[in-house]
Amino acid sequence: MSSERFAGIDIGSRSIEFVVVDENGVVLCSEQRDTGFDPVREARELVAQHPHDLLMATGYGRSLCEVEFDCPTVTEIKAHAKGAHASISGASAILDIGGQDSKAIALYAGSGKVKKFEMNDRCAAGTGKFLEIMATNLGFPLETFGDAALEAQEEINISSMCTVFAESEVTSLIARGADRKAIARGLHYSVIRRAAGMINRISDNGDIIFTGGVAKNRCMTTLLAEHLQRRVLIPEDPQAIGALGAALLAMESTQG
Amino acid sequence: MNSPHEAMWQKLGLNLDSHNALLQVLGGAYNDIYLNQKNRPKGMEYFDFVLSEIHGQRIQELLDEQAAGRKIIGSYCVFVPEEICLAGNASLVGLCSGADFAMEEVEKLLPRNTCALIKSTFGFRLGEVCPYLESADMIVGENTCDGKKKAYETLGTILPKKNLYVMDIPQMKSVEGRALLRGEYLRFMKAVEKLTGVTITVESLREGIRTVNTKRAAMHRLLKLRAADPAPISGLDALLANQVFPSDNPARFTDSINKLCDELEKRIEAKEGAFPAKTPRILISGCPMAVPNWKLPAVVESSGAVIVGEESCVGERSTRNQIDDSGTTIDALIDAITDRYFKVDCAVFTPNNDRLQHIKEMVKAYNADGVIHYGLQFCQPYLMESIPVERALEDAEIPCLRVETDYSMEDMGQLKTRVEAFIEQLR
Ligand code: SF4
Ligand code: SF4
Repeated sequence: MSSERFAGIDIGSRSIEFVVVDENGVVLCSEQRDTGFDPVREARELVAQHPHDLLMATGYGRSLCEVEFDCPTVTEIKAHAKGAHASISGASAILDIGGQDSKAIALYAGSGKVKKFEMNDRCAAGTGKFLEIMATNLGFPLETFGDAALEAQEEINISSMCTVFAESEVTSLIARGADRKAIARGLHYSVIRRAAGMINRISDNGDIIFTGGVAKNRCMTTLLAEHLQRRVLIPEDPQAIGALGAALLAMESTQG
Repeated sequence: MNSPHEAMWQKLGLNLDSHNALLQVLGGAYNDIYLNQKNRPKGMEYFDFVLSEIHGQRIQELLDEQAAGRKIIGSYCVFVPEEICLAGNASLVGLCSGADFAMEEVEKLLPRNTCALIKSTFGFRLGEVCPYLESADMIVGENTCDGKKKAYETLGTILPKKNLYVMDIPQMKSVEGRALLRGEYLRFMKAVEKLTGVTITVESLREGIRTVNTKRAAMHRLLKLRAADPAPISGLDALLANQVFPSDNPARFTDSINKLCDELEKRIEAKEGAFPAKTPRILISGCPMAVPNWKLPAVVESSGAVIVGEESCVGERSTRNQIDDSGTTIDALIDAITDRYFKVDCAVFTPNNDRLQHIKEMVKAYNADGVIHYGLQFCQPYLMESIPVERALEDAEIPCLRVETDYSMEDMGQLKTRVEAFIEQLR
């Protein structure tokens, strides 16, 4: 008997993730690419390359898929809850920081169902985009930005939350000869403060699953755990959690 | 594109080009949002008609009455008693508006962080597009939130007839608060008498009370029918009835609502609904939604849920609680009127625990699965209160989503994601 395959696609404003699982929910493949100018074309290619029986779409571009592939959709909130709970069970909250938005989701620890959520989707501050712009400003490659910040002996407080103002604050700090690593640490901290505010509004104890591209940044995970005094857990493929959740929901939809 | 009403609009001093643009947007939105709904009750045809003639026939009717000596009084708040207006031979019309207009002009007079409802009031005046505002003989402002209170100072200077009357409203439900409201209603009664030249009598005041009681009773009958599953009418349609409530001819409105209810009762018996049975049911709570603000309900009902109640001034807050009409003196009737309005649990009051209680009661009464708290951006009273509301609902294990938005379409994507995720939570 040939096994069935279930796919999930997560179309974000900056990247698209695609995950295929088998009928037991085991990941068969996972792929990521930039959203680019033509997300539908990218999605079409991914869908064509990876054979599957059922597709479920999530993310901000989910309705594009609904039209293009006539597939069911689910919000990124539910998809993340599903994917995160399947990867690491027992956590009480999820923090997802993606390229252009961030969200915090409180879970019922037992079932992994969504209890409450908060989203920041109006401004780049507090997202991956903010860190990316600041890394460029300070002359660090994005991949090592977090490590450099962790090496700092001290932390320079950045008072502006807004990307534009923070940028000029950083420029003047550099001009004054401040330590670049200390500035980097301060910038990471400003994202953490925002994220912590979101989490605190919805959940006050228990483990936190950290997802999204920014979860790969070691400084972010360290500071988050320190700041909240809670355990922070990172799934294996933090960026693909939304797509994984969608794939698992596709699978469940056929299993009654 | 010549409307038969153009001469009338011109006479009222409307800016015809802007007004046409407004009507076009309004008509387009109405088509997209309302006429595309499935399984609408037939009784909604009346409201479709009212809406299509909201700046036409209804205005003509009011102007004809005006020519015969009746006065038009405009208001921005449910604290202004229609009973007193009717008793003094005046019609009351609601002036709140639900669309951005002439925003650049507005922002010359108001700070950017003013709520959309207030900005819209100014926009409709500055853009010269509201026939109700332009035809009113008296415009009543009221000291509710700080935004409105201060905005009226400026509004008073830009009204063509300089006919603003400001009513004071208490902030606490105390003995002194009630006395203040009662005193203000007496003062308002005198002002209406002065405006119309009609002396209000026990009989005319009682008649006014009866007319509005009947109208509220009909509306409440409609609201109660929404407790059924499947819901016999969409939230959008019920909202429209609520939106028309303050401005239509009271007797005709009452009659149309009762006919609609007769039809809905048959639907309920036949287990027919606007949406299938078991559709997630939502109670909306918070700021008022004035015509043509259909944004949040349209998002909710296109995301697989149905709205079964509005804990709002365009909704339950203006339709519940009746007035005792048995008094035999003006004083006794004014007391009874004060008693009813003093129960309005607007967020400008402190403390306002009655509202928390009332929301929970409504959840139960209408079999709602969850509450969406609707706060207009920059509305301090309702946004502040949304947090205690959320806490109270959490304690009662009722799911709650707080949204904060305005009249623009910029945040539609985000709003849709939030609402959809909340509906997923309820399933
Ligand atoms: S919300 Fe408050 S201020 Fe607004 S109409 Fe209602 S009672 Fe008046
Ligand atoms: S929505 Fe809020 S801020 Fe605006 S007028 Fe009403 S109470 Fe005032």
